[in-house]
Amino acid sequence: MTPLAGTLLAVDPVPWARSQMAFTLAAHIVLVPLGVAWAFMALVANWRAIKRDDRDALLLAQRWAKYMAVTFAVGAVTGTVLSFEFGLLWPTFMGRFGAAFGIPFAIEGLFFFLEAIFIAIYIYGWKRMQPWHHFWSGVPIVVAGIGGTVSVIAANAWMNEPSGFTLDSAGKVTQVEPLSVIFNKAMPYQALHMTVAAYLVGGFLIASVYAAGMLKGRTDRYHRLGFLIPFTVAVVAAPLQMITGDALARFVYSNEPAKFASIELVPKTSSDVPETLFGHLDADGTVSGGIRIPGMASWLSDPRTGTATVVTGRNAFASDDQPTVAEANVVHLAWDVMIGIGTLLTLLAVWYAISWVVRRDMPRSRLFLRIAAGAGILSIVALEAGWVVTEVGRQPWIVHEYLRVKDAATTNGGVWITFCVVCAVYLAVGTTLILVLRRMSRRWREQRGEEESDVPYGPRPPLPAPVPGDEVPIG
Amino acid sequence: MSALVAVVLFFGVTAYAVFGGADFGAGFWDLVAGGAGRGQRPRALVDHSIGPVWEANHVWLIFCLVVLWTAFSPAFASITLTLFVPLTLAALGIVLRGSGFAFRKSVFATRERRGYGAVFASSSVLVPYCMGAVAGAIASGRVPAGGVAGDWWSSWMNPTSILGGVLAVTVCAYLAAVYLVHDAGRLDQRDMVRYFAARATCAAVVAGVVAFAGVFVLYADASYLFHGLTSRALPLVIVSALCGLGSLWMLARGAYRFARPLAIGAVAAVVVGWGVAQWPYVLPETLKVAQAAAPTATLASVLVVFAAAAVLILPSLGLLYVLDQRSVLQEPPADAHERGGDARAV
Repeated sequence: MTPLAGTLLAVDPVPWARSQMAFTLAAHIVLVPLGVAWAFMALVANWRAIKRDDRDALLLAQRWAKYMAVTFAVGAVTGTVLSFEFGLLWPTFMGRFGAAFGIPFAIEGLFFFLEAIFIAIYIYGWKRMQPWHHFWSGVPIVVAGIGGTVSVIAANAWMNEPSGFTLDSAGKVTQVEPLSVIFNKAMPYQALHMTVAAYLVGGFLIASVYAAGMLKGRTDRYHRLGFLIPFTVAVVAAPLQMITGDALARFVYSNEPAKFASIELVPKTSSDVPETLFGHLDADGTVSGGIRIPGMASWLSDPRTGTATVVTGRNAFASDDQPTVAEANVVHLAWDVMIGIGTLLTLLAVWYAISWVVRRDMPRSRLFLRIAAGAGILSIVALEAGWVVTEVGRQPWIVHEYLRVKDAATTNGGVWITFCVVCAVYLAVGTTLILVLRRMSRRWREQRGEEESDVPYGPRPPLPAPVPGDEVPIG
Repeated sequence: MSALVAVVLFFGVTAYAVFGGADFGAGFWDLVAGGAGRGQRPRALVDHSIGPVWEANHVWLIFCLVVLWTAFSPAFASITLTLFVPLTLAALGIVLRGSGFAFRKSVFATRERRGYGAVFASSSVLVPYCMGAVAGAIASGRVPAGGVAGDWWSSWMNPTSILGGVLAVTVCAYLAAVYLVHDAGRLDQRDMVRYFAARATCAAVVAGVVAFAGVFVLYADASYLFHGLTSRALPLVIVSALCGLGSLWMLARGAYRFARPLAIGAVAAVVVGWGVAQWPYVLPETLKVAQAAAPTATLASVLVVFAAAAVLILPSLGLLYVLDQRSVLQEPPADAHERGGDARAV
């Protein structure tokens, strides 16, 4: 090997492996809510279309199916990259714990298969299938989406709360209890929180597009329906998410105290711990800045004992067994961002609900639409922040108290190169995805008002003869 | 029980080769279809043919990865450590293939379609090459056991890996052409039947020549595999050769209905033959299947999941293929007049 190549391939792989995993996960997680929740919303529109012979709902369901075809394809391939990366970036982790960690993924594979099969049938079945057959072909997508989410999150929860395996003296997994692996202690809390998150983000994200359209004066029934269906889903999910989040937080307080100490920025174990909004942990272990609400962190951790609740602080853990000061600050900031946005979105949901109860209609104010138009991006930020809390909060462990991230990583010194290439490819794919979706929407808008010549669920049109120069000779 | 799981793994590998492989092969024909005018009809057929099924077929890859890392995790760690480069290229190729294909279907301006199409088609060649090279590296014993990395470059740039890569690309192209002949016939496009029949014949001959040359490469470079292929896997090699010749004959006679199962048989037999030839090793001559196997309960879980897949997934896949082959699955509505409205849309 030439000296130059030797230098290029001798960079410490650990930070780059972490960065690449974080980046590819952060990109994939945006597509997850679309894959999981969009099919449900399309089916709501589809149901309405068939039941009430609603042309607007039908058009909406069809177009959503076409967008889904694109986002699902990108989600499927970016998800595949993650499967490769488990091995490429974390070979020691997989080599040592694959026998346990892999089990939830085997189940996830099953759901992914179902999802891929039925999404194809649903997307391509509009023309020739019986309306109700076609509708029901979409139902497995919803079920598989939830099942897949729960399985993947079970694997992640296992990293936080590893259980269901026995190690020998050499650290090799000798016995596995599959059910204890899947149903580890953290799994129900995390799985519920992420599933609701998928519907919350999916709902706000899709509704935000139509809210923006309404702000531009597109207030026809089609846009209204495009807003109401996903927004209603999100409005139901938002308060639920506060409840699942609260349960998860209390679980973390009881079971993952090191993570909790970083979340709440608690330097020393004590009672009457204040809730610090923003603020900063300094290298000497003191907290500076931010707004303090006295006793609030203790009270929230366990309302039964109130401000007398003792919260374990960072001083209870060896410094190399918990997040570093910098990581703790990231965890805390991400936590504040998640809670802040979650609260805002819940207030938005309350506004919408009150308006429906009082006036039997959505709020008319432009301010409401403006916030709703921003809620999509905000909910994605909250999703990413929540994921940062759980992942960075577990540092320095990849399998909590069994394997450290630095020991799990690949020894290949060229990871920084793949990181750069992956970033470039993903940025290109992500930008193109947004452009393509916008292009589709613009094209449909321009043709609106023209006759929809192609009737779905209609009589089967004759197959055109293959004319040279004809683009796609299909029915 | 580890042997049973190894069978399940190879079931997945074979399914991926036969179904996923054909989708990559379709990308190969897309790549060599010529300019926008000349290549329009073959490309449209490729689009129509793989559109509804490629994602489901792709899941077999996930299936193989998951079974490998769950049931044989030490082998997975060794493979990913050693074959970092071709696996990374394959992963990126998969992203570009999938998104390129989806984007091309969703835009209608010729210039854009050409760009996304080029990405889709070229990565459709890159991915099977990398996969074949990885298979060659494993089969020739270049992946050491014990969680240490083998050579970064020579592990996948060697005669057997190059053979594996080239063979994978040609076999994918062959399968795809045979399937496309069938699909063209189904859609009553006579010219496309002739177009892809000629290419299928060509690809079959090339794949046969590569496989024949491969015998000498393996003799010189991968003695364990060669020995296996000429002893316990010999019946499979013969079946593969006979099926290959049979499909060639059917193509020549115009009996396309029979060419397809024979082509599937030829490819499936050679993939299974690879597995039988390197038995009992997962990494030839360093790591046996039984040594690499996870604890019994994990293997049992994999088998339970596979049984569930047999009950749930296989009928669903069957439904998808039947609907597809009966032309029930069509481009979503409203597309037909959009396609005519190119100028207005852009």
